[in-house]
Amino acid sequence: MDQSSAQEFIQHLINGISLGSIYALIALGYTMVYGILQLINFAHSEVYMVGAFAAYYTGKGLGLDQHPGFGALFALLLAAVVVCSILGVTIERLAYRPLRKAPKLNILITAIGVSLLLQYSGQIIFGADPKLFPEVIKDVTVFQLGGVEVRSLDITILVVGTLVMIGLHFLVHATKIGTAMRAVSSNTMVARLMGINVDQVISFTFVIGSSLAGIASVLVGLKYPKIDPLMGMLFGIKAFVAAVLGGIGSLPGAMLGGVILGLSEEMVVGYLSSTYRDALAFGILIVILLFRPSGLLGSQTREKV
Amino acid sequence: MTTEDRVARFKSLGSIPAPMAAIVLLSLVGVLLDTSANPYTQFVMLLILTNVVLATSLNLVNGFTGQFSLGHAGFMAVGAYTSAWLVTRPELSGMPDLVKFLILPIAGGALAAVAGLIVGLPSLRLRGDYLAIVTLGFGEIIRVVLLNSEAVGGARGLYGIPSAQAVPELGLSPFSAQFLVASVWSVITFVVLWRIVHSAKGRAFLSVREDEIAAEAMGINITQIKVRAFVISAFFAGVGGSLFAHSVKYLNPSTFTFTKSVDIIIMIVLGGMGSFTGAVIAAAIITVLPEMVLRELQQLTGVDLRMVIYSLLLILFMILRPSGILGTREAPELWRSLRDFFQRRSVSEKPQ
Repeated sequence: MDQSSAQEFIQHLINGISLGSIYALIALGYTMVYGILQLINFAHSEVYMVGAFAAYYTGKGLGLDQHPGFGALFALLLAAVVVCSILGVTIERLAYRPLRKAPKLNILITAIGVSLLLQYSGQIIFGADPKLFPEVIKDVTVFQLGGVEVRSLDITILVVGTLVMIGLHFLVHATKIGTAMRAVSSNTMVARLMGINVDQVISFTFVIGSSLAGIASVLVGLKYPKIDPLMGMLFGIKAFVAAVLGGIGSLPGAMLGGVILGLSEEMVVGYLSSTYRDALAFGILIVILLFRPSGLLGSQTREKV
Repeated sequence: MTTEDRVARFKSLGSIPAPMAAIVLLSLVGVLLDTSANPYTQFVMLLILTNVVLATSLNLVNGFTGQFSLGHAGFMAVGAYTSAWLVTRPELSGMPDLVKFLILPIAGGALAAVAGLIVGLPSLRLRGDYLAIVTLGFGEIIRVVLLNSEAVGGARGLYGIPSAQAVPELGLSPFSAQFLVASVWSVITFVVLWRIVHSAKGRAFLSVREDEIAAEAMGINITQIKVRAFVISAFFAGVGGSLFAHSVKYLNPSTFTFTKSVDIIIMIVLGGMGSFTGAVIAAAIITVLPEMVLRELQQLTGVDLRMVIYSLLLILFMILRPSGILGTREAPELWRSLRDFFQRRSVSEKPQ
């Protein structure tokens, strides 16, 4: 490998990891809800879309693109997180909770319904045309390392992503509510008998998952500044693939799956063809489900009578 | 003939006259539409028949076998493109036009069935929501492949697909010929699927839906049954796609997205998963509703509310009436139970 192709490879590597950490953030939301409700929360991708628009309107309303910097980034993140949490909990409360004891298929169909409702209401409310996300972090080359450009956006995404994931790990493993979440996920019935308020824990899970989607939406908005009401669908499904790849229900799995997916997508675009980019995720999904349905880090489960 | 006999005969749809009568009746409707309706209404009527084929075929997998496929649009696309590609082949030009159009859906269906087998064999070992995601994925892959196939127009799509031509000997105009083709195929789809589900072998589909483990314990090879349901369903999705291609006369990969699959799912959810007549009724409602009613609403409000209303319907049905309009019953049974209900009421009212 000569030098310029090695540089190119490392450039793709950096891009892939920063894209992958965004996938990972969204995948975490899917995997947490799946871990607790055994539900593919189709509406999660639309929560992420609404987060992007919340940040967009906040940025525009406050004129933040005139004052770029970390303060502006923080304001956008806060707006997206607040709006997404409220939306996530509302969806859970209105659409999923009435169906808690219904067959799984019915809840799945409801989730698809909620997803479509948000998508198409979004088209009416926000307009179907793409909007330009406020540029609160100027994308400049921070330093060059042997011809490889390391850009400020990628650093921002990596730093924010890593901090959030460390925070999540701490929340799940070192706090009382985190213990309750793990308890409900491992056995809802027994958790209830131990005095855990299951509904409250589920709501809290939706708050956390939706907040992560909100953070991801701002990072995506920075990296790919065109946002529109249908942006969530494909991105969401890919993030779900990342969650399955890592092992659904497993938090480290979602992070690993996200990074693998981001990297492989970037490599396909870089070295093969960008038209097959969207088919790649599904290809990975099918292969993983055929050979290791529990994912890379998931635990094997057996169906009981 | 006792009532049970009549019910049994009704359930088996065994007699040849009933389907034939349905085809004749539908052709008469076609002739009537030909003379009295405007082209737009005629087009909507063709779409209804197409959607009936699509909805009843999806119902076999989602309603009767209890699996959840989200990729029906993919199989429909395979059938549509096959049919649209074949129709212009010079090899087929010697064939009488009406015969050609009656046979084309078989070709579309056959290829879609092959696609169904390829998708079904590996993925039907999975349960519930995983299957949903995999079928969604396969549907998208089919779409991406079509998007990249220049032979079928790629992203531009296929324009000017011929549809059936007039048959003066039978007194058929182009529309009534196409309508006849669509009628024949929707009746075939309905009867074949109905006969399958109500046959002894077909009971296996229902048993897989009710309880996979119990079905397996009774000696049913559940993966085989699921694959069988999937392939049959894909075949008729291909038939529906073929009808679609020659009704709309224009194909584009963007027609066959996830949203199209959801459209068909909405039909069977509304009609009742596991009810063929429910699917037919809902297919008609869902086809007419956006064209006739929602268009007015759109002109009034200036925004396209179609999908918003659909998705709200989907959510509300799942929360308030998850079994759909008919549940797992068929329309005649509903009619009977309604009649019994009113009879009982009139009997109980008499003594007063």
